[in-house]
Amino acid sequence: MNTPVRLHGLSKSFDGVLAVDSVDLVVDAGEVVGLLGANGAGKTTVMRMIMGLLRPDGGDLAVFGAPPSRASRREIGYLAQGLGLYVDLTVAENLRFARQAYGVGSDRPTDPELADVGDMLVDELPLGLRRRAAFEMVLQHRPRLLVLDEPTSGVDPLNRARLWDRVRDAVDDGAAALVSTHFTEEAQNCDRLVMMHEGRVAAAGTLAQIVGDRKAVSVTTDSWADAFTALDGAGMSVALHGRDLRVTGSDPAAVAEALGALGGILSEVPASFDEVFVELCRRG
Amino acid sequence: MSWGVIGLTVRYGRRTALSDVSLRAEPGTVSCVVGGDGAGKTTLLRALVGAAPISSGVVLRPATTAIGYLSAGTGVYPDLTVRENLDFTAQAYGLRERKYRGLLERAGLADVWDRLGGELSGGMRQKLGVTMALLHRPQLVVLDEPTTGVDPASRAQIARLIAAAAADGAAVVFTTSYLDEAERAGEVLVLDGGVGLTEGGPDKIVAEAQGQVWAVAGRPERGFAWRRADGWRVWSAEQLPGMAAARPDLQDAVIVAALQHRQRQEAA
Repeated sequence: MNTPVRLHGLSKSFDGVLAVDSVDLVVDAGEVVGLLGANGAGKTTVMRMIMGLLRPDGGDLAVFGAPPSRASRREIGYLAQGLGLYVDLTVAENLRFARQAYGVGSDRPTDPELADVGDMLVDELPLGLRRRAAFEMVLQHRPRLLVLDEPTSGVDPLNRARLWDRVRDAVDDGAAALVSTHFTEEAQNCDRLVMMHEGRVAAAGTLAQIVGDRKAVSVTTDSWADAFTALDGAGMSVALHGRDLRVTGSDPAAVAEALGALGGILSEVPASFDEVFVELCRRG
Repeated sequence: MSWGVIGLTVRYGRRTALSDVSLRAEPGTVSCVVGGDGAGKTTLLRALVGAAPISSGVVLRPATTAIGYLSAGTGVYPDLTVRENLDFTAQAYGLRERKYRGLLERAGLADVWDRLGGELSGGMRQKLGVTMALLHRPQLVVLDEPTTGVDPASRAQIARLIAAAAADGAAVVFTTSYLDEAERAGEVLVLDGGVGLTEGGPDKIVAEAQGQVWAVAGRPERGFAWRRADGWRVWSAEQLPGMAAARPDLQDAVIVAALQHRQRQEAA
C-alpha cells in the first residue's frame, strides 16, 4: 500500500519569503506524526500543500503515492484551525451533513459525550466540546489520513486528553495522522515528531531520539534570586523552576564557577524536551 | 506586602465570568494562571489591575503606577520603532533614565532597535510588550498569555525576563495554556469555566492527586481514563485489580481536579 504522506525537499515562498524550506516528512499508516513549531514556523503551509490547496515551488510531494488530487482528498480528514462547523446547525445535523457530502452511509460510533449534546446548536457548545464535534465530523467518512491543524489549541486539559484519545483510536484502526501543535507537552502523544522553526525542520525522530542524552544542570540554593542574577549575568541559559534553577548548554563545573561563593546543590539531570527544542532553535 | 485576589467574583450582566476565585502574588515569586480559552484567565488579570468590575471579593494591588500590565494584545504601537515604543512608555511613567539596553539584550531585541513595531515577528512583538511592562520596575507585573504561539527560543527569553523581574523583587502573575510553563511557576491556579479547580505550588497540586491516579494496560470498562506515552491512566479513589501505582504529573493532577469538580457539580 502507498505511504499516506511522503514529502522530500518541499519548499514554498510567499512574496519572496521562504515559508517552507526543504522539508522532508513521512507519515505512515498506524502512526501519529506531530508537527511542532510556533506560529509562523510553516506548519499550516505544509498541511495546505498536502491537502492540495497550495502548490509547492519545489520538491516532491506524494499523498498515497501520487500528487494531491480529488481522489486523495477523499481519503483525508482535514481539521482546519477554523474548525469548519456550521454554527447554526445542531451537532447531529453537522455530522449528517458531513456523511452526505462524502456519500457515506450509517452512523459510525461517536464520542459518547457528543451523543448527549446532539440536539444542541454548535453555537451553544463550549469550546472543548466544539473542537471534539469538529473532530467527529472529520472522521465521518472514515478517512485513511488525518490532517489536524492545532486541534487542541485553547482547549482545557480534560478535553485535550479526550481529543487525543480519539486521535489514537482512529490510528489504532489503521489511519495515519499528521497533527500540528504548539504545545511541547503534547509531543509525548505522538509516535514521531517533526520540529519546525522558521520554515525548516529543526529536528525529527522519536521523542527519545531527539532528546538523546542531552543534559541540564539543576541548581538548588537558599536564594534562587541571587543565583539567577549570577548565572544570568554570566550569560548562561538559565530558567526558573519553582524555587530551583535549570541551566542548559553549560556543564556543572562552569555553573559552579559562575555561582562562586553563592554555592548550592548542583545536579546533572536529563534535559526536558522543551529545553532541547529551545537549544535546537537557537542553533538553527 | 503580598498582592492577589481573595474570593473574587466577576459578573457581566447575567453571566458569571469568575466565581469565588483566589490567587496569591507574593513579591519575588512567579504565579501562573492556567486554563483553556474562556476559563476566565483574562478576566482575573483585568480585575487584578483594576480594569474589570468586581461583584464581590477582595483585590489587593499596589498603586496603578507600580503595576506593569501586558494585555492580551501586546500594546506595541505598530507605527513606532522599538526605541520609540520604549521611549513612549518611559515618558508615560515619568522615567528620567532611558537605560533599557540591558533589558533589550536580555529579550534578544538589541538588534532590532530601529525596526517598526508592525514589522516585528510575533515572538519579537511579544518580547517587546513584556519589556514595556517591566520598564518602570513595577512591584506587580501582570502578563496575559505572553508566550502563546511564540517560538521556543522567544518563550525561553520571556521566561528569563519574568524570572529576572521576580529576582529583582517583583510579584509576577502570568497566564498560559501550557502546563509545562505552569509546572515551573512557584504558585499555580488552574481555572476552568470561571472556577478555580485547584491552586498552590505545582508539587502540592500533584501530591493531592497521589493515590487517585493509576496505571492500567488498556482502556478500562468503567471510570475516566486517558492515555499517556507509556499506557493508560485511570481516575479511581481506590486501587482495583489490574491497576498499578502511577506517579502523576501536573497534567494528570489537573485532569483529576477537573473530574472532581465535575463530580461535585453533578452531586449538587
